[in-house]
Parts: sequence; C-alpha cells; structure tokens
Amino acid sequence: MTPPATRAALTDAAATVLATGADTRSGRRRRWWRRYGLAALGGVVILLWGFAALLAPVITPYAPDTVDVAGRLAEPSTLHWLGTDELGRDVLTRIIYGARTSLLVGFTVVLIGGAAGTLVGAVAAYARGWAEEVLMRATDLMFCFPPIILAMAIAAALGIGTRNTVIAMLVVWWPKFARLARSLVLGQRSLEYVAAARTIGFPPTHILFRQILPNAVGPLVVLITLDLGNAILVFAGLSFLGLGVVPPTPEWGSMVSEGRELVSQWWVATFPGIAILTVVIGFNFVGDGLRDWLDPHARRR
Amino acid sequence: MLRYISSRLVIAVAMVLAATLIIFLIANTVPGDPVLTQLGDVAANNPAIVEAYRHKWGLDLPMWDRYWLFLRGLAHGDLGISISSQRPVIEDIAQYAPATVELSTVAFLLSVIFGLPLGVLAAMKRDSWIDHLARAVSLIGVSAPTFWLAFIMLAVFYGWLGWAPGPGQIGSDQFPPPDVTGVMLIDAPLAGQWDTFWDAVSHLVLPSIVLASATIGLITRTTRAAMLEALSQDYIRVARAKGLRRYGIMMGHALPNALLPVVTLGGLAYAQLLTGTVLTETIFSWPGLGRYTFQSAVILDFPAIMGVTLVVAIVYVVVNLVVDVSYALLDPRVMRR
Repeated sequence: MTPPATRAALTDAAATVLATGADTRSGRRRRWWRRYGLAALGGVVILLWGFAALLAPVITPYAPDTVDVAGRLAEPSTLHWLGTDELGRDVLTRIIYGARTSLLVGFTVVLIGGAAGTLVGAVAAYARGWAEEVLMRATDLMFCFPPIILAMAIAAALGIGTRNTVIAMLVVWWPKFARLARSLVLGQRSLEYVAAARTIGFPPTHILFRQILPNAVGPLVVLITLDLGNAILVFAGLSFLGLGVVPPTPEWGSMVSEGRELVSQWWVATFPGIAILTVVIGFNFVGDGLRDWLDPHARRR
Repeated sequence: MLRYISSRLVIAVAMVLAATLIIFLIANTVPGDPVLTQLGDVAANNPAIVEAYRHKWGLDLPMWDRYWLFLRGLAHGDLGISISSQRPVIEDIAQYAPATVELSTVAFLLSVIFGLPLGVLAAMKRDSWIDHLARAVSLIGVSAPTFWLAFIMLAVFYGWLGWAPGPGQIGSDQFPPPDVTGVMLIDAPLAGQWDTFWDAVSHLVLPSIVLASATIGLITRTTRAAMLEALSQDYIRVARAKGLRRYGIMMGHALPNALLPVVTLGGLAYAQLLTGTVLTETIFSWPGLGRYTFQSAVILDFPAIMGVTLVVAIVYVVVNLVVDVSYALLDPRVMRR
C-alpha cells in the first residue's frame, strides 16, 4: 500500500494502476488505445483518402466528367452508390477524384507556407535587432487581414484556377508559422548547446538550421498537421464561392456548390461535405495525437 | 499606463496605413483587368470607350498618384466610387454593415451562451459524458465546412421540416421598416412593426447557428482548458481544505480566474465573426458586408474590395488594441514586457 502523501502527488491514472496492480501488458495496451486510439483512427481515415486519390481510376468504373443526361439526378442505388448529379456524373467517382485536388492543395499550401513562415520566424528570432522588428511587424500586418477575404481578393484578381488560388492562400498562410517558429527559436537560443556551438565557431546558418531548428521542430509538425484540415476547409470554401477550381474539375467544395439548390436531391451536396468533414477531423485527430506524444504534460489539459 | 496606450495607438495607426498600401499593391500589380471585366465584349473592343473609361476612373494615372489620391480621399472619409454600384463605397459599406453586425452579434451571443457553460461543465466533470459531448460539439463545429452546414440546415429545417424560413433577412411578404439604425431587430420595434420583428428573428435563427458553429467550439475548448488550469492552482486546494462547497469554489474562485484568456479569445472571436461572414451571407442571401465583398471580388470592383478590406483591417486593429489595453488593465505585468 502506497503512503497517502505519495498517492496525492500521483495522477489519477497512475494511482489506479498502483491500486489495482494493473500494469500488465493488456493494461498498457488499453492505455495506449485510450491515448492514441483517435489518432490511429484519424491516420486510417487519411490513409484511406490517400489511397482513394492515388488509385482513383482503379477503384471506380466511371470517369469523373462523363456527362449522362438521361441518368441525371439518379438516387443512390447499387449502380451509383451515392447517386448522380445534375449532369448525370457519378457522385462517388467525383468525390474520389476530388480527394486528389483537396489533398494536393492542402499539402502544398501548408508545407510551402509552413516552410516560408518558419524561415521568417527563425531568422527573425536568431538575428534579433532591426531585422526581427521588420520581419515580425510584417507578420503582424498580415494578421490584420482575415485569410478568406484577402485570399478572395487575390484569387479574384489573379484569375480563377487552382494554381492562382494556391498562390492566394500562400500569401495569407505563412504568418502563424512565423510567430510559432520565432517563439520556439527564442526559447532554444539561450540554451547552452547554442553557446557551445558558437564557441566552436559554427557559422550562424549552421547553428540555426542544423542545431536549433531540429530541436524546435516538434510543435511545428503538430501545427502543420492540425493546419492541413484548415487549409482544405479554406480551399473548399473558395471553390464553393467559385474562386477555386475551374469546372468540370471534381472538387468537394464546388460539388457542394453545384448541389446547393437541389434540396430534394440531397445526395449531390451532402456526400462531398461529409468527405471534407472526415478529412478535416482525421487531420485533427492525428495532430492531437502527435501533440500528446511530443508533450505528455499538455495531455492533461 | 497612458504611455503604453498611446504607443499602442501609434502602432495601430501605422498598421492601418500599411494595410491600405498592401491592399492597394495587390489590386494594382495583379494581371486581372477591371476594364475588360466591367465593359461588355463589344465595348471592350472599342479603344475609344476603353480609354474614356480608364480616364473616368483614374486608371490611366501612374500607380503612386492613384495611391496618393486614395489616401487623400481617405482623409476625407472617401473610399472611392464602386465600379459596379456607381455609388461611393462608403455609402455601400454603411448600407450593408448593419446587417452583418446584427448577424454576427447574435452569433457571438449564441457562442457565449452555449460555449461558456459547456466549457465550465466539461472541466468540472472531466472525462464524463458531458466532457465527451463538449469535445464532440467543438470538433464538429470546427471541422464542418460552413457552407455545407448551411446547406444541411436549409435542407432539413426549411426544405424538409418547414420549421424555419428560407434565405434572406425578412420574408417577401413583409415591408421593411423605415431605416433608422439599419439593424432590423431595432428598426422594426421602433416602427411598431412587431410582425416584421418576429419574422426577422425567425430569419436569423439558421444563419446565426451556422455562423456560431465554429466559435462555440473555440470558446468551449478555451474555457475548459482555462478552468482546468485554474483548478490545479494552490488557492483552489486551500479553498477545498477550508471546506468550501464545490459550487462555491467553482463559481467564486476558479471561474473569475479562468475568464481572462476567455475574454481575450472572445474579442478576437467577435472580430473573426464580423469578418468571417462571407460564406454564410452568400448562402443565406443575407444583405451584409460578406456578400457585398464576394460580389465585388468576383467582378474585380477594386474600390469596393479596397474599402471593405480596409474596414476589416481597422476592425481587427481596433479589437487587438482593445484586447491589449484590457489585458494591461487586468494584468499590470503585461506593460513591463
């Protein structure tokens, strides 16, 4: 029996383990599932969508843009699992092909935007002085613009198309990474290994990119994962407004838009929305799991 | 204190100025040509008409002259003339802003009324069903696409069940009340049109729920985290050791201390609501700034886009200023940083 004073300092979970003596293999496995089960589920969902995007022509017998006026607005059936849209195109097929656009755009925006923002924030934090002032004021400035409005203005001005919308999103995407990277590098900067590296005589670029950044990369990876869902949401929103993909490219947001007037043919707009929802929730689960794994203390909040 | 506030003010003004420059640069360096979008095919092929058009809107002046014109107009409260509505942009904004303020204020109240208690309950009964419910609500609210949620709401409650009215601010059988504030919920009772008032209320239900869905999740999560943080502090243990009742500890000790981050987030969430109405307003045909922005962006109405973005940037800067200052008032340590 553990003395009471020690038990009070333990977490509830650990106390249960001690009290029941349940630190068995099955107990450990159960705890792993409780902690990372949702993350695993999210990972499976993302993987499934990834396979769907890669293997689209193998999975579905239909082409995404074959028009079949005779079979338009068919209800879900064994022939068309999720029905057909106003032009007789198979909804499930278009959703599967749509995964290509959504995932590609999501990864492009978050990876390039994340890299650019990290570079700005890391350089600002390491350089200090006027360079930091200039870079961080520029970052603050970008925060004055709500992403969707600025992206809308840019997308409208550049012309409609996936590439231009991605450019518009990149313009508004980097600042949050710059802020996070700056605070992370500032935290590492005063640690002893940085002073040691400087004493050895490593050049600043080596210290920043080879010594400091690898130590600060964890939270950045978490933000990137959580942000993937967000990027997919914003792109779908712009597409919904007609500022994303050019028809007839299959894309989830524009599919919802095409079906928005068809209330009694609910399947046209409902299923693409569910596709977006699952991807976004999947990335959220994986991101939360990554954060728990990297920072076990934060888990308890 | 005064020095802190005034330095914040100077920064805020500089930010607004820089924001106008950025928007102006975006609008001017991009390849899209407003003339070709505005004029029909026939007129766009006639050089004389194109030239006259460019001259009329000052599009033939050098870029910096145009920016100077814009800034000088700004000092007089002039945001230029909208190419599509042929009216001063400031008048357009004044006409559409009240509907947006109305919608986002109602959505904000909804998020606080639901999000705050849900977050407090989730923290009090951690790992209970209500905690899981709170987590599920905030997850779906944050992850579901606004436009899709709006479609589902309209399809179910308007198309299928017929409980809610369709898109728009009031029904087509209602006469709009005389314009005093522009806010339907205030103008209708002022004119004694109670039927219109209740009609407007029923039209607000769906769009405000859709708009609030994301912020409810945000407020719930923040409140829960802040409550858990406060509950782990020593003064809570002292209060418990004194034998205070659980309810008294929660409401009297933990909640006031947990509110600080929630107030900050609340301010930012309100700004986000005010500016994040584009999708919701477009779907619900809500005659507000969001729909106006969208319509201007699609036809490259630069004066209108610049005006709206400027207004939005000012809202953001002002909210940030208020949050910064209130933070300094609540926690004097902030100023010394």
